[in-house]
Amino acid sequence: MAEEKISREEVAHLAHLARLEVTDEEIDTFAVQLESILENVAKIAEVSDAGATPSSHNVTMTNVTRPDVVTASLDRDEVLAQAPAAEQDRFRVPRILDEE
Amino acid sequence: MTDLTRMTASELGAMIASGETSSVEVTRAHLDRIEKVDDEIGAYLHVSAERALAAAKAADDTVRTGKAPSPLAGVPIAVKDAFVTRGVPTTAGSRMLEGWLPPYESTVTTRLAEAGMVKLGKANMDEFAMGSTNENSAFGPVANPWNPQRTPGGSSGGSAAAVSAFEAPVAIGTDTGGSIRQPAALTGIVGMKPTYGTSSRYGVIAFSSSLDTPGPMARNVLDTALVQAAMSGHDPRDSTSLPAPVPDVVGAARLGAAQGISGLRIGVVRDLIAEGLQPAVKAQFDAAVQQLGDLGAEVTEVSCPHFAYGVAAYYLIAPSEASSNLARFDSVRYGLRVGDDGERSLEEVMSMTREAGFGPEVKRRIILGTYALSAGYVDQFYDKARTVRSLITADFDAAFGHVDVLISPTSPTVAYPLGTANTDPLSVYLLDLTTLPASLAGTPAMSVPIGLAEDPVADGQPLPVGLQIMAPHLQDDRCYLVGAALEAARDHACGGTFLDLAPAL
Repeated sequence: MAEEKISREEVAHLAHLARLEVTDEEIDTFAVQLESILENVAKIAEVSDAGATPSSHNVTMTNVTRPDVVTASLDRDEVLAQAPAAEQDRFRVPRILDEE
Repeated sequence: MTDLTRMTASELGAMIASGETSSVEVTRAHLDRIEKVDDEIGAYLHVSAERALAAAKAADDTVRTGKAPSPLAGVPIAVKDAFVTRGVPTTAGSRMLEGWLPPYESTVTTRLAEAGMVKLGKANMDEFAMGSTNENSAFGPVANPWNPQRTPGGSSGGSAAAVSAFEAPVAIGTDTGGSIRQPAALTGIVGMKPTYGTSSRYGVIAFSSSLDTPGPMARNVLDTALVQAAMSGHDPRDSTSLPAPVPDVVGAARLGAAQGISGLRIGVVRDLIAEGLQPAVKAQFDAAVQQLGDLGAEVTEVSCPHFAYGVAAYYLIAPSEASSNLARFDSVRYGLRVGDDGERSLEEVMSMTREAGFGPEVKRRIILGTYALSAGYVDQFYDKARTVRSLITADFDAAFGHVDVLISPTSPTVAYPLGTANTDPLSVYLLDLTTLPASLAGTPAMSVPIGLAEDPVADGQPLPVGLQIMAPHLQDDRCYLVGAALEAARDHACGGTFLDLAPAL
């Protein structure tokens, strides 16, 4: 039996960090599946990385800037029409604080 | 009358340009075909009939002035639902975006429209491009036109099925870990992942930003080249877009078909002829290798020792980037909102919305990505995966010191039965072994159909097998050269085109 890589509690905690409500049933399923996935991906530890630099991209990245010139933006009404809720030309969000 | 839906894009473009037919007629023929077969196939999530006919009429008007903008003017195309299309529903296969009408348009679809192409509609896909079977679409799976009990592959499964079922002459998809090449292989069409950065990601709903690559899918190599040429090029709106010229892929496609590949050095990647490769797929691959030799290529075996770690690196990097990219679906500015009853907090509404809006594969990858990036694991997993990515790139560089292109089977299996994807995700992930190295290195790679393999489950006729051709960065033309030579030899041998072998729908 392989060493346990991920517990139910850890799955629930990760889901919370990702702002993802999960059911007990999903936690059970994900814990089993993620454990087998992590067991498999853990084999990258075998790779000898002498002399290799980790890369986040496969092309050379440089910072891209453009002249600070005002240009047209998206149409406000069109954008707000796609929002779940809008009020006074702004996005309306549920209350931020848990308590009054 | 000629069946316009059986013609290639280059033939249609020429017929429209010469006035032999019109874009409106061609578009109508495809809309009729969709009407006839798409209930069974499910390739489209949204068909924009009126918009398409209006665009077709505009294309006809332009052609009549003698100013056709490209050889594809008036030719219809299917667009994967990952591309943002202004005023046309765009969902990325997710409930999260159901009913969303984007206020802007992707660069790639803008360029195709400027080339005079006509968008037929939005093609079905795995939710947020996560999957290899198209069964993770929130709006139902797509059937493989060769056998409706089989998956077409994923995540560009709708695009692939639309092309192979003659519901569109060409399509565009996105390839993150193989999502163009694998469905192309499983449905018997050509699919190309261009060099990363040569086709813009502006307006492509992001899955894994360092890997996502828009690309063309078509029924032959020349059409694939024509679409790639039309969609590619530097885009100042995408900071990862390369300011480099795109090679002449159309010229290479014509050259490969006409002159073959005498003297070209081809390396068979030993490390991708691995466990899980179905014997019938291997037999087709071996026959194609033989054929490449007969065409005058020098074929040798090459070892790329880190390719075997591609799956592990990919399934750490892609979910990590996805967990970050998908944070934008927070119920505030667009998409779904659940639980906003005036009592719950923003955080509760966000969590409930994401629970309701995302399917299991997306949740699994968000959690996996959150894990790989969390303190204590980031060195062990994410950073190590980034190192493997460098080593895979170094393997490619070393191999391309000796050979001009690398080849492998595109997928280790033929199309598998519908209904298996979500029970054992790991086994589905392992099937991506062959396509992932080119994704991680950002090199161009094409899948071209090479033959049919006996169906291991034996519930239908033989199923398509694809061969993958990988080339160095910005040498996409080499994929076209080899793909076109193989295609010409195959068509000559069987006296027709590959999809002539498909059962009638």
